[in-house]
Formats: sequence, structure tokens, C-alpha cells
Amino acid sequence: MPVSIRRQFPIFTRRIHGNPLTYLDSAATTQKPAAVLSAVDDFYQRHCANPRRGLHQLGVEATAMVEDVRQEVAAFIGGRPEEIVFTSGTTAGINLVAYGWAPLALRAGDTVLVSLLEHHSNFVPWQQLGALHRWRVQFIPVGAGGQLDARWFSAHLHRRVKLVCVTHTSNALGTQPPLPAMVRAAHRVGARVLVDAAQAVAHQRIDVQRLDCDFLAFSGHKMYGPMGVGVLWGRTELLRQSRPFHYGGEMIREVRRQGTTFADPPAKFEAGTQNAGGIVGLGAAIAWIKQFGFSRIARHERQLTAYALRRLSVLPGVVRYGPSGVIGRGPVISFNVRGVHAHDVAQILDSLGVAVRAGHHCAMPLMELLQVPSTVRVSFGAYNTKEDVDRLIRGLKEVQRIFSGK
Amino acid sequence: MDLYREKILDHYRNPRQYGKVAGATHRAVRSNPVCGDEVTLTARVRRGTIVDVRFSGRGCAISTAANSLLLESLVGTTVAHVRQLQPAAVLKLLGVPIGPARHHCALLGFEALREALATRT
Ligand SMILES: Cc1ncc(COP(=O)(O)O)c(C=O)c1O
Repeated sequence: MPVSIRRQFPIFTRRIHGNPLTYLDSAATTQKPAAVLSAVDDFYQRHCANPRRGLHQLGVEATAMVEDVRQEVAAFIGGRPEEIVFTSGTTAGINLVAYGWAPLALRAGDTVLVSLLEHHSNFVPWQQLGALHRWRVQFIPVGAGGQLDARWFSAHLHRRVKLVCVTHTSNALGTQPPLPAMVRAAHRVGARVLVDAAQAVAHQRIDVQRLDCDFLAFSGHKMYGPMGVGVLWGRTELLRQSRPFHYGGEMIREVRRQGTTFADPPAKFEAGTQNAGGIVGLGAAIAWIKQFGFSRIARHERQLTAYALRRLSVLPGVVRYGPSGVIGRGPVISFNVRGVHAHDVAQILDSLGVAVRAGHHCAMPLMELLQVPSTVRVSFGAYNTKEDVDRLIRGLKEVQRIFSGK
Repeated sequence: MDLYREKILDHYRNPRQYGKVAGATHRAVRSNPVCGDEVTLTARVRRGTIVDVRFSGRGCAISTAANSLLLESLVGTTVAHVRQLQPAAVLKLLGVPIGPARHHCALLGFEALREALATRT
């Protein structure tokens, strides 16, 4: 990637405790290019109206802008526009499947398989609704190198397994489970597959036809778009089967005192005023990504990840978790500095302008399995450079210097 | 950097009042899911006086140093004194201001202590 892309991100003019910003927390949220910020601004400055409601000029424009983005999102992930449901984010999309589809499709005693790599947002809904509806919720174990246990998975697939919930890329370790193979195996026993693509969409091309999954959820804010907007993609027939998750305005066909008939998907799931500015920003984020293309973005991030892994591996006292190389992993690295708590590492790095995440990464069951309370996580975006990695390594040496008392 | 002064690092490396009190009369476990930290606090109290109080578990430098400094200052004082103690006073023991993001680290042991002294084992 050209270094000049950093200039497209206003945030990089910030100084943090007197240092330039070294942002290594894109897995939490990516920074936003000026193109996205100005698209959101333009919506509110020039086109602000409530989509799908007004017959006036601004209403027509706002509606068209939102529906254009629906088309762009569909093309972006290989789906059809009517399969694109705008949500507030990944969490909302997963909950829509959990509340809207699963209670109709699953009966008491049916099984849901949930991977132990999941973010809490693809874990807690299944645990909680599973208890409520008496589904059998089983967890796919994680083995060495943060890989899902494929043998366990195939041994636990049977006719009563109705749903498999799995992440495309683990936010805690970067692991990428072998999705097409898992989907094929799940479909053979008639199970549906929900993919959490929150950590994937900014880094590689996602094609729902190729993945052949049944539901896929992601957030705009992890792909250079604004916060508070996301997408749930679902197969048409499954969206038709689902009940709405929220009831309200603009999702109905007819409301009588005796009952209500609902609009077709996706409107059925989009009750209430949508985050139109956010949706427009999401469209701008897709356009921004497209100008580079995923082969360039992915190559750049893979090179950075490989470089960081190499530099970290020669730093004594650094313990890494997750896959050892760049194959089957996203641009995420989790590690600890021996003898130093992850929060202390993050705080010292912050004082040098290096932003990393420290903690359990909303994946407590996974951390329990790794037997560490917390890790330091470094994650990359298109705007990162080798210099960022060098600053990280210098920061980690400073951490070790402070804690060794020399 | 300022926060990791010698005093804090010293209490992190060699925490005072670390371990478990034999024959404890009071005990509490507190965890901080955000950090994955957990502290077990045990105390022996006789007629309102804290004869011994210790902490164990895992934590970051800030939480370990805060526990160490706090408990060190409390041996021989009274339960009534601990009840009067304000969180701000505990933070002050560290000797440097810590950002609001780390308050929960520094106060985890203090919360465990208050909980322990509020219950009887
Ligand atoms: C893998 C994964 N799933 C789900 C989420 C939740 O996304 P959001 O908070 O945008 O709903 C995240 C974000 O932290 C994530 O990394």
C-alpha cells in the first residue's frame, strides 16, 4: 500500500502523549478515511430526510442513497440486495438470527454447535437462548495453535444439529477456521451455518456464495465505516422464515387491530428509523476499499503480520498465542511479555503513542482454554506500515527495561 | 514513564502482605473480568483490630502495588478505620496519579477487603 494512504485518515495528524499515533488496534475498530467522514457529513448537510417515508425530494434522495448502499453491499459480499439487512452491527445481526430465526427453526433438544473461538456476541446469545428454549448448546474445542478441533467437529455432527456458529477470523488470535469444509460437513447433516465475519470484511474478499454459509454478520466500523451500522446477510428463504426481531414502523404491510402483516425482507427486519448517515458512510467505506482492491490490501497486511511475527519471535520473553505463521490467520497477533501484565504492557506502549488492545478480547471462554487471563493484541489495517511494527518493538523493549529494573 | 516509578515496581516485584493468613477470620475473593485479575483477601481480626491481612492472586503492577501498599498500612489498625477509608485515599498511596482507566485495577483489593470485613467466615 502507498504510504500516502495515511494522509487520507485525519486521525493520523493527532499526537498522543507527544508522539505520532501508532494505531495497532484495528480489530477493535478501524480508523475512518476522510472520504467516509465527508460522505456521512454530506448526507446530513444536504440530503437529510427519513428514508422510505417522505415523498418529498429529500426523502426520495435519502431513500435512494440507502438503497444504493444495499446494492453495493450485496455486490461486495456476493449476495442479493433483498438478502441484505441493515443492523447496528455484528452483535445486532447475530441476535436477529438468535431471536428471529432460531426459535422457529429449532425445537427443544436440537443441537447448536458454537466454536470456542467466538467473540461473546456469538457465544452468549446461544448460551442464553439455548437455556431458554432447551437447545443443546455444545462448544467446538480449540486445539494447538488456536485451531478448531476438526475431528471433534465431524464426530459431533448429526441430524439434530440444526445450527453451527463460527467466526471467519478470531478477534483474539487471528485464527481462520476451515470454513468451506465446515459448511459442507454441516450441510450434509442439514445444519445451517452462521458466520461472524466482523474480523474478515476489511481484510479479504468475502463471498457468501463461495463460503456457502446461511447467515453472515459484520460491522461497518471494523471496515473503515462508521460505528452503529452493520449488515446481516441471510438466504432469502431463511429470512422469509424468520420472525422480525423488532416490531415498529416501516416494517409492516398492514396493521389492523386484529393483527399485522409484515413487509417482505429486508424491510421486515428494519423497524424504526435506520442509521441512514451510517449506511451512507458504509457505502463510502466499500468504495474506499474497492479503489485498492483486496489483493493489495491482503498482501500488504500479510507482509506486515509476517514482519511483526518475525520481529516478535526474536524478542526474548515474548510468548505468542494462536497460529504460528500467516497461513490461515487474519492480521491479528496475540502475545504476552513474560512477567508483565498485559495492561501494564498496553499502558507503557500508550505512553509512547502505540495503541494496542489488552484484555480478554470479549472471548473469555477462549482465554480460559489458553489459561491466560489476558493478552496483548496487535492488529493491522491498510494504513499500517513497517515503521509501526518497529515502534511496537521499541516499545516492548522499553516495557522490558522498565520491568527488569535496569 | 511516570506511572511505573520505582515504588510501584518494587511493590510489584516484592509485594508486602502477600499470601494467605493462617486462621483467617475474614475472607473474600474479587475478580475483575476486564483484566482477568483475581484477588483473594484474608484477614485475622481480634476485637476489632486487624492482626494480619494478606492478599494473593494475580494482577497487574498497579493492582499488586496498590494491594501491597494498602495492606502494609493496615496491619494493627481497626476494622472501624477501614470502614472510614475512602477510595481516593487508597489511590493516593500509589504516589502518582493514575488515569481513570486504571482505577478499577488499583481498587480491586480494597473492594475485596471491604467485602471480607463485612462478612464473617
Ligand atoms: C469477531 C467479532 N465478532 C463480533 C464483534 C462485535 O461487533 P460489534 O461490537 O460491532 O457488534 C466483534 C467486535 O468486537 C468481533 O471482533
